Amino acid sequence: MDAIVLQILNGLDKGGAYALIALGLTLIFGTLGVVNFAHGALFMLGAFCAVAFNHVISLEQVVVDPTKITAWGTPLETRTPYIEVWLGDTGTTLLNYSVPLSILLAVPLMLLFGYVMERGLIRHFYKRPHAEQILVTFGLAIVLQEIVKSYFGANPIPQAAPDVVRGAMDLGTLIGFDPGTIVYPQWRIVYLFFSLGIIGSVFAFLQFTTFGMVVRAGMADRETVGFLGINIERRFTLVFAIAAMVAGLAGVMYTPILPPDYHMGMDFLVLSFVVVVVGGMGSLPGAVSAGFLLGILQSFASMNEVKTILPGIDQIIIYLVAVIILLVRPRGLMGRKGVMET
Amino acid sequence: MLTKVTPRSDLLMFVLFTLAILAMPLWLAPIGAGYPDLLQKFAIFGLFALGFNILFGLTGYLSFGHAVFLGVGSYAAVWSFKLLGMNPLPALLFSVVFSALFALAIGFISLRRSGIYFSILTLAFAQMSYNLAYSVLTPITNGETGLRVLQSDPRLLDGSGSDTGPLISRLFGIEMTGYSGFYFCAVLLIVGFYISQRIFRSPFGMMLRAVKSNQNRMSYTGLNTRPYTLAAFVISGVFAGVAGGLLAVTDPLAGAERMQWTASGEVVLMTILGGAGTLLGPILGAGLIKYFENIFSAYNEQTLHAIFSFLPDVIEAPVVSIAGLFVGEGWHLTLGLLFMVVVIFLPGGIMEGLNRISKIFSRSKPKPKFTSSSQSAAAAE
Repeated sequence: MDAIVLQILNGLDKGGAYALIALGLTLIFGTLGVVNFAHGALFMLGAFCAVAFNHVISLEQVVVDPTKITAWGTPLETRTPYIEVWLGDTGTTLLNYSVPLSILLAVPLMLLFGYVMERGLIRHFYKRPHAEQILVTFGLAIVLQEIVKSYFGANPIPQAAPDVVRGAMDLGTLIGFDPGTIVYPQWRIVYLFFSLGIIGSVFAFLQFTTFGMVVRAGMADRETVGFLGINIERRFTLVFAIAAMVAGLAGVMYTPILPPDYHMGMDFLVLSFVVVVVGGMGSLPGAVSAGFLLGILQSFASMNEVKTILPGIDQIIIYLVAVIILLVRPRGLMGRKGVMET
Repeated sequence: MLTKVTPRSDLLMFVLFTLAILAMPLWLAPIGAGYPDLLQKFAIFGLFALGFNILFGLTGYLSFGHAVFLGVGSYAAVWSFKLLGMNPLPALLFSVVFSALFALAIGFISLRRSGIYFSILTLAFAQMSYNLAYSVLTPITNGETGLRVLQSDPRLLDGSGSDTGPLISRLFGIEMTGYSGFYFCAVLLIVGFYISQRIFRSPFGMMLRAVKSNQNRMSYTGLNTRPYTLAAFVISGVFAGVAGGLLAVTDPLAGAERMQWTASGEVVLMTILGGAGTLLGPILGAGLIKYFENIFSAYNEQTLHAIFSFLPDVIEAPVVSIAGLFVGEGWHLTLGLLFMVVVIFLPGGIMEGLNRISKIFSRSKPKPKFTSSSQSAAAAE
């Protein structure tokens, strides 16, 4: 029993990332009708916002003290981040919270990037066939990841979570299991709630604001909304920017779990596409629930008990589920009837 | 290129193509591509793209997992080396059989969906094969190390132990490296081109084009399109398998990274760059990409400094650092940009570009062209 709960928990944080990326993909597909293969790259860009932010705030002041000599015979160098020099203890705290703080950088940056990307590139592809949309965004994804690679190198760059949530937490004792059975890293709990929060706010935004109402109407019947004199394209641009921001935020907060490297976007992209398909093209609740579902399935498949019966299942489970879903129920778990069923 | 298609013009095209391929060591030498390793790559990836084009160019089904067949072909060939000996002919037979079986299985399932779902299904199968090759199937694929031929392998036909030299594939005594290797690949490319040309001109090819332009209408006329698309899928899978087999023939090892989806993306790019749906385009695209890959990745800081040394120092430094992004390790950046530029401005690829240019010069009003963009637009509808 405790093993099952642990696996569910393990799946949830990965599922959170899948859900966030898939949410953005679905938003873009549902509104703009564009298949965005560069969405994984947006996730990766978000993660590198955290890296860049960390680089900037940990820029160090080097003080050379010629009176002291180190063991290597060179003058002693003391390195202190500027931010500590200027702000003292506040600076140390800021440095410690660099990952959550980089959200402040990521939000405007990703919104801007999404806006530019939609206006500059995606806009011209609304009327083009899906194959060309896939190809051009795939090219963009390659370009983005190569640029990141040339600036940050090919190696993963680990990012630390704030000290407060760095350890693990004995969750089992809270819900009545023996101590020590369900030990879970705290940052993953933070990530889970963070992703739930983002998902909640996106849904609330679409459900309770006028803007969201127009967007939903546009998803349902774009033409009619246009006839009513609403400039739907402008709103869709913003939707694209929001989707980019969601992917970026998912990336920022994921950095302490998985040290970001330049190809993490591609790795997640393929899986997120599968998630979207399983959930149903154009269905937001579908994308979210399929994200968590597949995350949990994957973590169950990597249990040793399962692997001894079906070797290698952990590597392919998600794809296998996608194949079965596509063959048996092509519109996905929650897809609307008639939307992209062929 | 050829506006009017007659058996005669086809024959002419085939003969010219054969001559051009066989003479490649001569006319590619001035641009620095006249050495066997690169020529082999041209021929092999030309064949790969040619096969991919039969599926994507004719039917409009965008497979994003075509590299699976390349990988399967390589593994099958290396296993044939291990079991039967270093003769390339049984190896290629193995490649053909296994890639056809894989293509039949994957195609049978994937072709039940079209459009983006088909792309995702093939991608899913490719990723599954790739992941399995790396993990559980290690006894067959030798995992990350890659599969290679060992001295201790049985090699029934040439007998093990007797051969102590390096393990090179030999066709009745001719070593499949260098120019002989290239000509072996070139012959297969020419055969492949002939088959592809015949398919393009056959009623079967017309049927595939019809599927691309309007599958619904085909179904409404009471025709089951599945067997046609499946046949195209298998043929194109076999082409890829032979290409994979040739990769193993020229260099007897196989690795799972050949199946990765970036490899699938590369063949898509080759086909698009040259011009999907045209006969020569994919081969042209494959050649160009392999050529530039070779040229660009060879550049480094020193060569760039040498090239831009005529500039004053103030300008030279930034120019070199910017150009440095695009060459050497950063070759993929160039590739990505090229990809975007082609898709945005020239969805019909180089062949469409050539057509446009020739139209400007000829001035005569040609018949309305069946461009690939309008075709795929119709297919996506």
